[in-house]
Amino acid sequence: MRPRGSAEQRLAWLLCAPAVIAMLAVTAYPMLYALWLSLFRYDLRFPGERHFVGLANYAAVLESEVWWRSLLNTLMITVGSVAVELVLGLVFALVMQRALVGRRVVRTGLLVPYGIITVVAAMSWRFAFDPTTGFVNGLLGLHGAWLAERWSAFFVIIQTEVWKTTPFMALLLLAGLTLVPEELLRAARVDGAGAVQRFFRITLPLMRPVILVALLFRTLDAFRIFDTVYVQTRGAQDTATVSLVGYDTLITRLNLGLGSAVSVLIFVCVVLIAALYIKGFALDLSTSGRGR
Amino acid sequence: MGRLSLSGVLVCALAVLASCGEQSTRQPRLHWYVFDEQSGAFQEAARRCSVQSQGRYEIVLAPLPTDADQQREQLVRRLAADDPDIAIIGMDVIWTAELAAAGWILPWEGEAARQARVGRLASAVQSASYDGRLWAAPFTTNTQLLWYRTDRVNKPPATWDEMIATAEGLGKVGTIEAQGERYEGLTVFFVSLLASAGGQVLSDDGRSVSLAPEPTHRALEIMHRLATSSVADPGLATAREDQGRLAFEQGSPSFMLNYTYVWPSAHADAPAVAAHMGWARWPAVIPGRPSRVTLGGINLGIGAYTRHPKLAFEAALCLASAPNQRLAAERGGLPPTLRALYDEPQIRRVFPFAEVLRETLRDAVQRPQTPLYADVSLAISHTLHPMRAIDPDRDVARLRAAVGRALRSEGLL
Repeated sequence: MRPRGSAEQRLAWLLCAPAVIAMLAVTAYPMLYALWLSLFRYDLRFPGERHFVGLANYAAVLESEVWWRSLLNTLMITVGSVAVELVLGLVFALVMQRALVGRRVVRTGLLVPYGIITVVAAMSWRFAFDPTTGFVNGLLGLHGAWLAERWSAFFVIIQTEVWKTTPFMALLLLAGLTLVPEELLRAARVDGAGAVQRFFRITLPLMRPVILVALLFRTLDAFRIFDTVYVQTRGAQDTATVSLVGYDTLITRLNLGLGSAVSVLIFVCVVLIAALYIKGFALDLSTSGRGR
Repeated sequence: MGRLSLSGVLVCALAVLASCGEQSTRQPRLHWYVFDEQSGAFQEAARRCSVQSQGRYEIVLAPLPTDADQQREQLVRRLAADDPDIAIIGMDVIWTAELAAAGWILPWEGEAARQARVGRLASAVQSASYDGRLWAAPFTTNTQLLWYRTDRVNKPPATWDEMIATAEGLGKVGTIEAQGERYEGLTVFFVSLLASAGGQVLSDDGRSVSLAPEPTHRALEIMHRLATSSVADPGLATAREDQGRLAFEQGSPSFMLNYTYVWPSAHADAPAVAAHMGWARWPAVIPGRPSRVTLGGINLGIGAYTRHPKLAFEAALCLASAPNQRLAAERGGLPPTLRALYDEPQIRRVFPFAEVLRETLRDAVQRPQTPLYADVSLAISHTLHPMRAIDPDRDVARLRAAVGRALRSEGLL
C-alpha cells in the first residue's frame, strides 16, 4: 500500500505545483520584496542614494500621527460599513429566500449594485451628494456640502460601501440560509416557537459559521478600502485610510522604503484581523462551507 | 534577479505584441506623452511636424489623463523603469526639477537650447530651467485671471480686501469661486497669495524653507477670511477649477479666480453669462503692489531613454514652434509662450484679454523648483486644508515645519 500512497502523493504535489508556483511568483515574491524594500531608505527618483536603514522606516510610520489617524479612520469605516451590511444583508437574504413572486427579479435587482465598478459607484454618489449637481440635498431640503465636513464625508463613504457590497453579503448569507433544514424549523413551529424565536434560536445559530466567513471576507475587504475614499475625498477632511497613506507615499512621493513599510504594516493588520476571527470566534474555515 | 528575468519576459511579450517589430522597416516613431488635449490641436501639430520631417520621423500622440497628478504618476513609473518609448514629454512646469534631478530627461544644449529660448516669455523659460540648464522647450503657458460679472460690478477690485468687501455687499450673488480642495490647486492658490504678499516658499537655492513670517501670515489671513466669509462657495473645501467654472456658468457667483479656458467655455455653455463676463488681473494682496500669480503650462522635454534623442529634440522644437503655438491657442485655448504671438490679431480674437494675460505672465511666480516638489506641494495642501480651519497665528509655524519635513523626505504626509 505504501508505495502507491507515496506515488499518489507525488502526483498530488505535481498537480498542485503549477498553482503553487504561480502563487509564489505573484504573491509571495512581491510580499517578500516589499518586506526587503521596507528596510531601506529608497527614493525612486534617487536610486543612487539607496541605503540600509533597518527598522527606521517602521519607526517613522509608527511615530507618525498620520498613520494612527488613518488607522482609526479605516477602523471606523470598516466597523461602520460591515455592521450595517450584516444587518441589511440578512434582511435581503431573507427577502430573497422568501420572495414568493418575482424571485428572479428580486434577486437580480438586489445584485445590481454589486455589479457596478467601485469607482463608478463612488463617482455617482459623489455627484449625488454634491451641493450643485446632486439630488440628495434637494430631496432632503438641505444645503450642506457633504464631502466638505468630516462626519458627513464619513457618512457618504460608508453608505457608498454599504450600497455597493450589501448584495455580496446577502448572497453569502442566502447560501447559509439554504443550509438551515426546513424540518428543524417545522419541528420548532410544532413545539410552539414564534417566528422571532425560530430566527434567533435556530436559523442564526445554524448560520453562525457562514456569517463569520461573510464577516471575515467583508472586514478584510473593507479594511483595505481605497477607491471610494480616493474618488470621494482623496483623504481630505481627515478621512484618509491606511491604503491611501500607502498610495501617497509610494506612488505620489515615490518613497519606496517608507511606502513599503506602510504596506507591510497594513498586511500585519490584515493578518491580525484574520487571526481574531479564526482564534477569537473559533471560525473553522475548512468545515464552515458544509454548515456542520 | 527574479524580478529582472520576469519583467524581461513581460517586456519581450509586450514588444512582440506592440509595434517594436516595425521599427527597422519604417521611419522612427516618436511617442509624445502629453495630456489628452480635447480640441485636437496636439494631434494636428504632431501630424504637421511628421509631414514636415519628410519621412524622417513620425510623432505619435500617447495621451495621458487630464489630471496633472495622474499624468505624473504614470510618467514617473515608466521613466523609473527606463522606458525607451518615451521620446517627447509634455511636462507640467512643476516637474522640471524632479525629472531633471532624477536623470529622466535630457538637457537642452547648444543650438537647440538657443532656439528653444528665443522669443519666449522669461517666466516660461525659467519654468523649464533647473540648476542653470534648460531642460525643456517652453510650449504653452497658463495663469489665472480674475473673472467678474460686469453687470454687477462696475470696476474690478484691485485687492483681496476690496474684493471680499465688494462681494459681501452684493449679498446672495456675491460668491467668489476659488480652488479649495486639498490638491495641487490649493498649493497654487497659496503660492499666488504668498508671492503677492512678497514671500516665497523656499530659499533661492531651493534647499531650505523661506516662508517669511509676515507675508505667510498675510496669505493665510486672506485664505481664512475668504473661507469663513459669507461669500465663500459652500463647496469651497471640495472645489477645483472646474467646479468654479460650472458654478460661474450657472450665473449666481460674481467673481471667479480661474484659468483662461473659462472664457471659451462660458461662450459655448452659457452665452448669457459670457455676455457679462469681465476680466482683470488677479487682485493684489498689498495695495499698490501688483499681484504675482502662479505660472502653469506645458514644456516639451526629451525622455532620457529614447532611442532617437536627436530626432526627438528636432521634433520637440517643431511642436513648440510659432505655427503650432498659434494652433494650440486658437483651437485649444492654450496661451502661447512666444511673446510676439500676443500681438497677432487672430490670437487677440481668441484671447481678448491678451494684454492682461501677458502682464500677468511677465510677473508670474514659479512654484518651488525642487526635485521634491511633489512632497512640498502635499505638505502645503495638507496643512492648509480646509481653509476655513486655518489659524494664521498658529499655522505659519505648522506650515514651516511641514515643508521642512517634506524637504528632508521625512515621515508620512
